[in-house]
Amino acid sequence: MTPGVASQHHIRARRGYARRKTSNAVMLLLAGLTTALALVPLFWIIGYVILQGGKYIDPSFFTQLPRPLGIAGGGVLNAIEGTVLLVILASAFAIPPGVLAAFYVAYYPNTPLGIAIRFSTDVLSGVPSIVIGLFLYALVVKSQGHFSALAGGIALAILMLPTILRTTEEMLKLVPPALREASLALGAPEWKTSLSVVLPAAANGLITGFLLGLARASGETAPLLFTALGNDNFDFIAQVRSGLASGQNPIKILSGILSQPVDSLPLTLWKYAQQPYPERIHQAWAAALVLMVFVLSINVAARLWIVIRTLRMQG
Amino acid sequence: MVDKSNIPLSVVDKLRKRVGIALRHGDRIWQLLTVGMGVTVLLLILGIGWTLWQESADARSKFGLVFFLPTINASWNPVLDKFQAWPFIYGTLITSAAAILLALPISLGIGIFLSELCPSWLRLPLGWMLELLATIPSVVYGLWGIFVFLPQVVQPIGVVLGRTLGSLPLLGLFFAGPIPASGASSLAASLILTIMIVPTISAVTRDVFLAIPRSQREAALALGATEWETIAQVLVPFGLSGILGAVILGLGRALGETMAVTMVIGNSAGNTLSILRPGYTMSSIIANEFAEAVSPLHSQALIEIGFLLFIITLALNLAARFLVWRVARRAPQETHG
Repeated sequence: MTPGVASQHHIRARRGYARRKTSNAVMLLLAGLTTALALVPLFWIIGYVILQGGKYIDPSFFTQLPRPLGIAGGGVLNAIEGTVLLVILASAFAIPPGVLAAFYVAYYPNTPLGIAIRFSTDVLSGVPSIVIGLFLYALVVKSQGHFSALAGGIALAILMLPTILRTTEEMLKLVPPALREASLALGAPEWKTSLSVVLPAAANGLITGFLLGLARASGETAPLLFTALGNDNFDFIAQVRSGLASGQNPIKILSGILSQPVDSLPLTLWKYAQQPYPERIHQAWAAALVLMVFVLSINVAARLWIVIRTLRMQG
Repeated sequence: MVDKSNIPLSVVDKLRKRVGIALRHGDRIWQLLTVGMGVTVLLLILGIGWTLWQESADARSKFGLVFFLPTINASWNPVLDKFQAWPFIYGTLITSAAAILLALPISLGIGIFLSELCPSWLRLPLGWMLELLATIPSVVYGLWGIFVFLPQVVQPIGVVLGRTLGSLPLLGLFFAGPIPASGASSLAASLILTIMIVPTISAVTRDVFLAIPRSQREAALALGATEWETIAQVLVPFGLSGILGAVILGLGRALGETMAVTMVIGNSAGNTLSILRPGYTMSSIIANEFAEAVSPLHSQALIEIGFLLFIITLALNLAARFLVWRVARRAPQETHG
């Protein structure tokens, strides 16, 4: 080999190396930039909603019912109460089945039924929420003949169920088997072991899963469109008061409330955002702020909870 | 006196005794409850499919396959009871496809950054922020979309796209302008969907990368590959089916997303292929019209669209789970190798 060829080779190799190094730097930089890019909307949305919503929010927003167009003031008390009612209903319908099914799935993951249940949980979490709305319309609204809080609550429960089931399952698997075995060995029946030994040990994870499911459900609009429908005159507290004043049975009052349409913050936001009136748009921003703060704080609380608990356990 | 043990009714007694023992012990009931609730989840899926199928029976028998088939001048006429869903199917497909095309490179970048490049103390907070992005309610996206994102971002981009790509021969059909002054268009829906599905895809991609054994990276680096070459030529092919699973999961989300899309897409089923024009999707037509459906056939047609949506997302989820499951099963075996 002549020296000339060798040095040419050397130069080419060096050039190639430089090019590879540059493309390496460029691509790695791009990867970092995409991450930054994805976070831009997060801060933009949160910042803008806080700015706009903060301008239009006032105490009456939380304490008054909507007023007819053209009359200033008014709030979304109906939507706030409705959201709380729907979320409570959804939790009541989703938590017991979710936790119970999780016990089966956690202890029998590889039986045919266990596999089928895990699979359908995954599928259920992927079903579009509007389809669940249609399902509940056909199942409850159509057969009862009217829109109701009950139908909306069940729709949200179906949305929460996969999250609750999945997290409970994961948490139950993390509980040391020795705990369960010790309890069983002492003669405690399976149900008692599950409820008073395993469940408390997994409680932190369960609360996290529940909160995450709650955050998801409380921001949903699509499944409520044809189930809870919306109701400008819904006032839970006033109805309970007047019902009690006229000496009605509390159960009857409650069932009366559950069988009428209710509003929720996402529904109100959706209706108001499409109206051409500035005061409605302003209230939509305020509703967005309340909803976002509600959902994000539940989410953050869930995560902080688990972090603090794990730190304490380690420390 | 009767000798009790000889009475044929003793079967009932035996049964009663057994039930008594079971009740006292409680485990049978517990097992029944847990199995029962598990089966409920299973039945829910079947129930959703069955109900939507039943509830759309008349529409199915009246319109047949023509309901879904690609057509020009498709009619959606509640007054004449004549319904064809193609424009909505097209709207859903084109917005989701565009969203996936945009979200995939971004999510890959994020997945790579989170798993390979960023310092470990930053990984958790960044992951949280991405999840927050997925937690913001869809209607809030829509509101921000209408008043901020559409006029400030989508409209200018649409104008540029219309000028540059709009005049190309075949591709130009998809970018034929002009974009409306409000910005409400399929492009707007695609961009909002991109923002909404990036967290889903990037989270799964990150997990796929993190599950790849260290030895794979070390081997490539030891052979003299740069970090990027390691990622592009070793890690991406290794995790390919997992990434594909992530994309399908994201696609499932995009197809079913309702509120944000409905608020920004313009809700008009025009006779156009262009993403710069207003469009309509399957979920938006249900959201807009179902509560006020004028005739039984109208609501049945909407339920049939819902049924189609259900079947598509079902199939996508099955595919995604299968892919992710295959990766999860393969990864630990190769760590030992």
